[in-house]
Amino acid sequence: MGAIRLEKVKKTFGTLDVIPGVDLDINDGEFVVFVGPSGCGKSTLLRLIAGLEDVTDGKILINGTDVANEAPAKRGLSMVFQSYALYPHMTVYNNIAFGLKMAGESKAVIDEKVQNAAKILNLTDYLERRPGALSGGQRQRVAIGRAIVRNPAAFLFDEPLSNLDAALRVNMRLEITGLHQELKTTMIYVTHDQVEAMTMADKIVVLQAGRVEQVGKPMELYNNPANKFVAGFIGSPKMNFLGGDYARKYDCHEVGIRPEHVAVSTESGDLPATVKIAEHLGAETYLHVNADGFGPMTVRATGEVPLGEHDKIWLTPERDRIHRFDANGIALGKL
Amino acid sequence: MENKQTALGHIGFSIFAWIVGLLIFFPIFWMVLTSFKTELEAVSIPPSFMSFDWTLENYAEVQARSDYFRFAMNSVILSVGSTLVGLLFAVPCAWAMAFNPTKRTKDALLWMLSTKMMPPVGVLVPIYLVFRDWGLLDTRFGLIMVLFLMNLPIMVWMLYTYFKEIPSDILEAARMDGATLPKEIIFVLLPMAVPGIASTMLLNIILAWNEAFWTLNLTTADAAPLTAFIASYSSPEGLFWAKLSAASTMAVAPILIIGWFSQKQLVRGLTFGAVK
Ligand SMILES: Nc1ncnc2c1ncn2[C@@H]1O[C@H](COP(=O)(O)OP(=O)(O)O)[C@@H](O)[C@H]1O
Ligand SMILES: [Mg+2]
Repeated sequence: MGAIRLEKVKKTFGTLDVIPGVDLDINDGEFVVFVGPSGCGKSTLLRLIAGLEDVTDGKILINGTDVANEAPAKRGLSMVFQSYALYPHMTVYNNIAFGLKMAGESKAVIDEKVQNAAKILNLTDYLERRPGALSGGQRQRVAIGRAIVRNPAAFLFDEPLSNLDAALRVNMRLEITGLHQELKTTMIYVTHDQVEAMTMADKIVVLQAGRVEQVGKPMELYNNPANKFVAGFIGSPKMNFLGGDYARKYDCHEVGIRPEHVAVSTESGDLPATVKIAEHLGAETYLHVNADGFGPMTVRATGEVPLGEHDKIWLTPERDRIHRFDANGIALGKL
Repeated sequence: MENKQTALGHIGFSIFAWIVGLLIFFPIFWMVLTSFKTELEAVSIPPSFMSFDWTLENYAEVQARSDYFRFAMNSVILSVGSTLVGLLFAVPCAWAMAFNPTKRTKDALLWMLSTKMMPPVGVLVPIYLVFRDWGLLDTRFGLIMVLFLMNLPIMVWMLYTYFKEIPSDILEAARMDGATLPKEIIFVLLPMAVPGIASTMLLNIILAWNEAFWTLNLTTADAAPLTAFIASYSSPEGLFWAKLSAASTMAVAPILIIGWFSQKQLVRGLTFGAVK
């Protein structure tokens, strides 16, 4: 059981107002991802929930009890750090067992839980090694093992995959998602990578400068971003923004068009453009073009597209996929 | 061309280092050599280098005249004792400074270190009076206290630089795992800091072993360590170079041997954690 509720949580470091005030509801069993650019306060918010930082003001309720002034150990949460933060002088076994030892569990119980976690995480053959003798992916699994044996109310992850190479990252992403499906425990996962957010989350919380910009399911954020910031942050390559005459045609200050929602033609269309760089990935092609009168745009075409530098093309955005924004960057709703 | 130059540079640098090394080593070498000469040869001019009658009579006489082992035992008790007491205070202090710094932590550290810039003779009279009134003169306990206080700033500073290298994530992980503060320090911080603590202890044992101002001024007999043992040979009857050398050689031998076997630790310690 792990329902977490933040009420007007504030955090200042000296005069620096890092979290001006966050309200948030996290349901039991949910996989919630905090996503936002580097320095926006994701880690700080997570550390406030963990109890590693003291709140300046506000309440943190875990299953209805305010724990804002409790020590981390009293909150019944487990955390996986970006740096893994394994105990370098202990074997894998003792790393995983440490929390149980601190809780005063008996040797037999500890052994059973550690062996069980090791089996789930494929670490059985490595239990007697030190963290220094493990690969990045294995260290990550030890860190997760250490978190799961304590049977926490919720797991907290702070950018756990950012020290892994790209291939391993995809694997671990799937493993963590699988773990969530198996354990059904609440997970709060911090990342700056919107792909991780989109692929793993039940619910995404987009943060900017310590403020919650939008909360929603991945597809809600993708289809109905509340503002320009969310629209630009979610989705890759980034959404294109066009102002001026083109926006006026749609009765707004700016329109946003995702690269995958633009049709490309060599004969006719809405916007004339010139290809600058074509990135051919086989399954899709990214065209970085210069739209006449609007400047750089990115277009994503499926499959192989025989276009290259200097080619003249026409772009036609899908009309019902156009996002409209007012002068403050707030979404105006679709046409 | 450039490679050749750097190679030449390396050779030049090596020669320079060797010369400096030999210059530093020479007095120790000469001391050991002199300790095997007769008093007459020891002061002869020009000095004889190797071609003298090697003799052990100085060692025999030094041993006969004063009880080396009693002094040596005091040296061990004072240096190890003051270092252990120092750790007891320096570890929590360095923990607080390294992992819970405030705006004034750097100032506090500098202030602590600045106390080492004052010549000890400046506080000799007050400390002597305190020792006299409290009956601490010529006691091991009193000297341990003085030596520990003298070296505390260096211990805190060294441990601080070592603790700084330990990622605070790991201590936070221990906190999430339910470790209380004492457990966090004993089971996680200290085992990770073993190399740093070892070099800190080693350096402080050496500093305390060689400390000659307080040990000479605050002891007479009971608590006198090897520094007093050496000093007793530069006595009113005049200097006996050969015997003085023999006494000095015996006094520095233990620490020299320890230092030799722990070179790696020491170099790490003396660079104050600058090299990983
Ligand atoms: N202990 C601290 N003292 C002062 N400022 C801090 C501290 N921790 C974080 N900050 C500041 O708070 C802001 C948010 O940091 P953080 O939560 O780490 O961002 P993120 O994890 O989103 O990259 C940054 O501007 C950072 O400099
Ligand atoms: Mg962060």
